[in-house]
Amino acid sequence: MSALGIAAFGAYVPRLRLDRAIIAEAHRWAMPSLKAQARGSRAFASWDEDAITMAVEAARGAIAGRAAPAALRLASTRLPYADLHNATIVAGALDLLAMLATADVGGSQRAGTSALLQALRGTEPTLVIASEDPIARPGSTQELHFGAGAAAFLVTDTDVALRLLGAASISAPFVDHFRAAGRDTDYQWEERWIRDEGYGRVVPAAIAAALADAGVSIGDIQHFVMPSYLRGAAPAVAKSVRFAGTIADPLDDGVGYAGAAHALLMLAGTLETAGPGERILLVGFGQGADALVLETTGHLPDARPARGVTAAIADALPTDSYLRMLSFQGGIDMDWGMRAEKSAKTALTEQYRSAGQIDAFVAGACGACGAVQFPQLQYCANCHAPAASFSPVPLRDEPAKLLTVTADWLSYHPSPPLHVGFVQFDNGARVQMELVDVGAGGIEVDAALRMVFRIKEHDRQRGYRRYFWKSTPLGAA
Amino acid sequence: MATGIKDKVAILGMGCSRFGERWDAGSPELMAEAFEEALADAGIGREQIEAAWFGCYGDAVNVGNSAIPAATALRLDGIPVSRMENMCATGTETLRAAAYAVAAGAVDVALAIGSEKLKDTGYGGLPTPFKGTFNDLWMPMGSAPAGFAQLASGYRARHGISRDDLKRAIGHVSWKSHQNGQHSPKAHFRKPVPMETILRAPMIADPLGLFDCSGVSDGAACAIVTTPEMARALGKTDIVSIKALQISASSGRETQLAEWDGSSVPNTRNAAARAYREAGITDPRTQLGLTEVHDCFSITELVTMEDLGLSDDGRAVFDVLDGAFDRDGRLPCQIDGGLKCFGHPIAASGLRMAYEIYSQLLGRAGGRQLADPSLGLAHNLGGVPYQGVAAISILGLMGR
Repeated sequence: MSALGIAAFGAYVPRLRLDRAIIAEAHRWAMPSLKAQARGSRAFASWDEDAITMAVEAARGAIAGRAAPAALRLASTRLPYADLHNATIVAGALDLLAMLATADVGGSQRAGTSALLQALRGTEPTLVIASEDPIARPGSTQELHFGAGAAAFLVTDTDVALRLLGAASISAPFVDHFRAAGRDTDYQWEERWIRDEGYGRVVPAAIAAALADAGVSIGDIQHFVMPSYLRGAAPAVAKSVRFAGTIADPLDDGVGYAGAAHALLMLAGTLETAGPGERILLVGFGQGADALVLETTGHLPDARPARGVTAAIADALPTDSYLRMLSFQGGIDMDWGMRAEKSAKTALTEQYRSAGQIDAFVAGACGACGAVQFPQLQYCANCHAPAASFSPVPLRDEPAKLLTVTADWLSYHPSPPLHVGFVQFDNGARVQMELVDVGAGGIEVDAALRMVFRIKEHDRQRGYRRYFWKSTPLGAA
Repeated sequence: MATGIKDKVAILGMGCSRFGERWDAGSPELMAEAFEEALADAGIGREQIEAAWFGCYGDAVNVGNSAIPAATALRLDGIPVSRMENMCATGTETLRAAAYAVAAGAVDVALAIGSEKLKDTGYGGLPTPFKGTFNDLWMPMGSAPAGFAQLASGYRARHGISRDDLKRAIGHVSWKSHQNGQHSPKAHFRKPVPMETILRAPMIADPLGLFDCSGVSDGAACAIVTTPEMARALGKTDIVSIKALQISASSGRETQLAEWDGSSVPNTRNAAARAYREAGITDPRTQLGLTEVHDCFSITELVTMEDLGLSDDGRAVFDVLDGAFDRDGRLPCQIDGGLKCFGHPIAASGLRMAYEIYSQLLGRAGGRQLADPSLGLAHNLGGVPYQGVAAISILGLMGR
């Protein structure tokens, strides 16, 4: 195998947006000073999105039309399961399970850059995904600055669009913030100390080592990609290392700081505009730092996804309720009525038996009459031929339109109303599905749809999430 | 070659509890209320019943599993009692089972009883059913109105009906039932409702507003069936006989193949075709004297008029607005107020509908009595339009 590099990438940002001014206004009675930082909008995850679902959406862009990787690394500090392989759930949704080594990577805000570096220095084609939906305490500045998103990079040895010239990692017991296991939100130290003693000292050391490893100088770098939840940290570091190129867009407006995913999300954004033969300095910070020196190749245009960071940011669904975001993040204990008491227990036996269909949304095509149907049951719905003749047909990327629809205000749903209807796929399959990210204007019959991987049901009694695919309108509402 | 059960089974007696928010009664009391009326009507003692079928949909808010609760409530000593559950078709299923037992010659007298106690859930509307370990992994957890409301979108798209026209037509469906329901002493809701109130009601599942949805009630209804010969031997002169009992359950075609357009209920059409054939009906528009159809939601009744062949496809909106199915229209529908006014205690509804037709045929319908009907049709639709069970019973006067 020749040298590994990045051959494709993808990105995802939740469609839901909230203007920071709305958040600040909700806290004005207690924290009037927040208003000064309330510029632009932040993304927030819907109730049925988490690090797993966002990882799937980002990865779809990175693996489309490519040979399957041998390994998958999922980086995040906000994975839903402490003991259940999150990366395996992602792999199942991507239909990559066969002969795949999966790993969850976490524990630091630089989990994304660390996972990418490990893959680039590794020996096998690897899909690296960083995904995070950080939650902050209401009234904190983090609540304004945090966002959510995911980015995915396919590291392989063919059609390499971005190769590693050199890198360095530094470890330091620098506690800028921490979050104890089992806690939802961070405890953070003073911002000035973090910026000056943390970013200001740790990162330049890592950069110097990485440049030396790559055999280049700072003047050879065109793009500086460093995420931080502290505004101004990246320009300050760039200045201190005498960087004179382009400082990457921090994606502050429309996204916000997406935690361990943010470095890779910013890298994906940079790769959408960078030209071939340019060098990128990528930094991840957290109890030390990773610094990677990367160089683009002529394959870069082919590496770009159909839906990247820019498209995801543009595909916004503005919302106007701070309480909605708070509710989705578990910040308020709403009274959803007795209907919400329904048990959502999952039969794990059944889930395993039907994983082939459910996880990656795979329909069956009848070997006798060709009818494509989901779910694939024991006999063809049309000609009654037995299932043994069926062949798998994924519906994830199949074009579809809305056949019937209603907005249901009666069912318990964490984001009422529940939009539901029949989805008619171009290949003939038809599925009754939940519709998500429907704007205030609603959705009508014949609307063009795409499929998204989401939390189907959250069993709060047992702490279990089950996932399935939902439909969403193609354009922003 | 099977010939069906037309005129092979007579209804000896029927009973129906008062429907409504029966805070005073549990399922056993409701069953007894219906049962005592039916026994008195039939003129027999419970010891003459040789077999019984008990319908009940939701055991979580009802009586628990098996037929034992019914056998115990009614003290049916030592006879076969079976429990049936087929969603909203459950009541009709019990009648079908009892009638088939009589038609087969297995027993002379059989009981069909359905009971449901919905008001013990603690909230309005139906409980969300468990859909099975597999279906729960992928099916959306929509409410019953959400399942039926989708008919409106499919119907509008197929026939090019405006949102306003359809809303007015389904509003008329509900208005008409509330007009009729005031003459039904056993109905849950007995007050006329102004059209403006119906149209302006809060949305439940778009475009179905609150008044487009049937009530949530407790109730029980039952039938005692026998052979026509036995009915005559027991002194009956006007005999109501079963002309047809047909069921059609979804095989998944609608949900999985691209052939259905969402504007109709194929199972109702299947069941109706078989029922008309069994009953020897060639022109239901002129031969039927009244209908009780499954108006769980107003859009269901409207579409059902087409599915039963009582309106041309795409014309039910206009027939409804023209009053074709009002009490003084060409074919009265829901003369007792329907599910709209009685509410929909699931397993009781099919038998409650049959009870109304039975009452009308015998001239016992009081203030809502129609002039001399001789043939009536009851229709249920269990589940949702695209994945459900349609049930049709046709009752008529023997010899007419």
